[in-house]
Amino acid sequence: MVLIGVALIIVGFLFRINPLVVVTVSGLVTGLIAGIPFKDLIAQFGEAFTTNRYMSILIITLPVIGLMERSGLQKQSALLVSKIKAITAGRLINIYFLIREIGAALGLNSIGGHPQTVRPLIAPMAEGAAEAKYGKLPKEERENIRAHAAAADNIGLFFGEDIFVAVGGILLMKGFFDQNHVVSDPVLMALWGIPTAVGVFIIHSIRLYLFDRRLERRLGQKKPENKEVKSS
Amino acid sequence: MILSLEYLYVLMGVIGLCCSIYTFLDKKNTKRITSGLFYFIYAVTLLLGKVIPPFYIGLLVILMVLIVGFGGLEKGKYDSTSEEEREAKRKRLGNWLFLPALLIPFLTVIFSKALAGIKIGELFLFDPSNPTLVGLGVACVIAMMVALALTKSTPKTAIKESRRLLEAIGWAVVLPQFLATLGTIFDKAGVGNVVADIVKHMIPSNSLFWSVVVLCVGMAFFTMIMGNAFAAFPVMAGGIIIPILIQQFGADPNQIAAISMFAGYCGTLMTPMAANFNIVPAALLDLKDKYHVIRVQVPTALLTLLLNIVLMYCLARWQM
Repeated sequence: MVLIGVALIIVGFLFRINPLVVVTVSGLVTGLIAGIPFKDLIAQFGEAFTTNRYMSILIITLPVIGLMERSGLQKQSALLVSKIKAITAGRLINIYFLIREIGAALGLNSIGGHPQTVRPLIAPMAEGAAEAKYGKLPKEERENIRAHAAAADNIGLFFGEDIFVAVGGILLMKGFFDQNHVVSDPVLMALWGIPTAVGVFIIHSIRLYLFDRRLERRLGQKKPENKEVKSS
Repeated sequence: MILSLEYLYVLMGVIGLCCSIYTFLDKKNTKRITSGLFYFIYAVTLLLGKVIPPFYIGLLVILMVLIVGFGGLEKGKYDSTSEEEREAKRKRLGNWLFLPALLIPFLTVIFSKALAGIKIGELFLFDPSNPTLVGLGVACVIAMMVALALTKSTPKTAIKESRRLLEAIGWAVVLPQFLATLGTIFDKAGVGNVVADIVKHMIPSNSLFWSVVVLCVGMAFFTMIMGNAFAAFPVMAGGIIIPILIQQFGADPNQIAAISMFAGYCGTLMTPMAANFNIVPAALLDLKDKYHVIRVQVPTALLTLLLNIVLMYCLARWQM
């Protein structure tokens, strides 16, 4: 019965109903089915909402990022990169991906992040690299580049961070094994994460290479035309 | 401690509160009252979460959902700088523009690593349970002061720009908090146990290969439902890892644990339930399709899941 809540989530997301509404309805339905009194349920909503305020920490970055954007930070990011001939959107994202993964593996999770790094720096840089090559980008490709920049941040973070011993995931597993009298070693757990971390780097780098090729195929021919427009 | 997370929430609340005032005053926004109310309520929950009793916070939260559900949240109009003005500023500052943006990660690392243990008198300077978050908060405050000095702007401008960004993110800004709330309710209702039972029924206990497949796919699937691999691990470890892979097949716990957690992360890459990684960035980058980031991640996630299955099987096989 409690799975009705899970079903509601899946159906809601599939039909693209606003996630906020889907999640709230699912939470209320699941809670009522489980027999939690309505008043307690609302109180639990409030309590969990308060406990998890740290998840919205990005608000604290908004004033700086907004201020710098107003002064042309995104344009400057794009310009800086467009001067380097060898750089492409895919390669730039790939470099960031590498830095992000290695950084996370060394416990430096805070060197990246969507509000403070991807939006003001990486995404405009990748767009700038593509624009230097192909001229003005169609909206669809612009969005593809941005989505790739955001994805590289996630993938690098996830698969890098578990190589660092003192991270939540490793400690959680160690704790669970200890409770169940299974001998385990956090250092070895972290080390055995390396093959997958290297594997995902290769897989995603190939995809970024293919992404560059696809950009070239779609926009490459337009290059001379765009150059003329610019010079005229 | 001297600097706790609660101070950050107050700062976040004040930013939200100031933003909501500009939303209320935005005459060009046809839904300025309901939109402003949304951000105002949100700011109140951030600011006074510890003071207002949970039941009333719960009601406020539901009210926010109602505003969004009935389409009351609308982006406003912004008197952003003209292109020339922005260009002039950019030309004057050049690469100095990067300074505040780079200060944030740089200072966060320094604060959270180097200053985490520092005490003044008897008190920790930073909240010892959350040095990274507090470090990020302090770094942002310093970066903002540098940004204000560099661009010769007033705090008012900073707030106006925050409002532009906040409204661009819109309802997605609160989604991670809602999902965490849902996770708590699911937990109380015992959803995890029910899913675990279903998974346990699927395991053929005499096949190493299928046990590995069910474990890895199960980790990914369960993570997709709960939005979090940490919730999936105890369920799968209790059901498959310890009784079957370790006790029956003699696999190495360290190898299995490391790889199964990564299988879970493959699920994280594919689910809107991990909103702060997958949905908020789409809103932040102004993507039309809120699932665009997930779409980009799915092929890598599936290939990596396959890699994890092969790797885990080979390692376990080799151990036997």
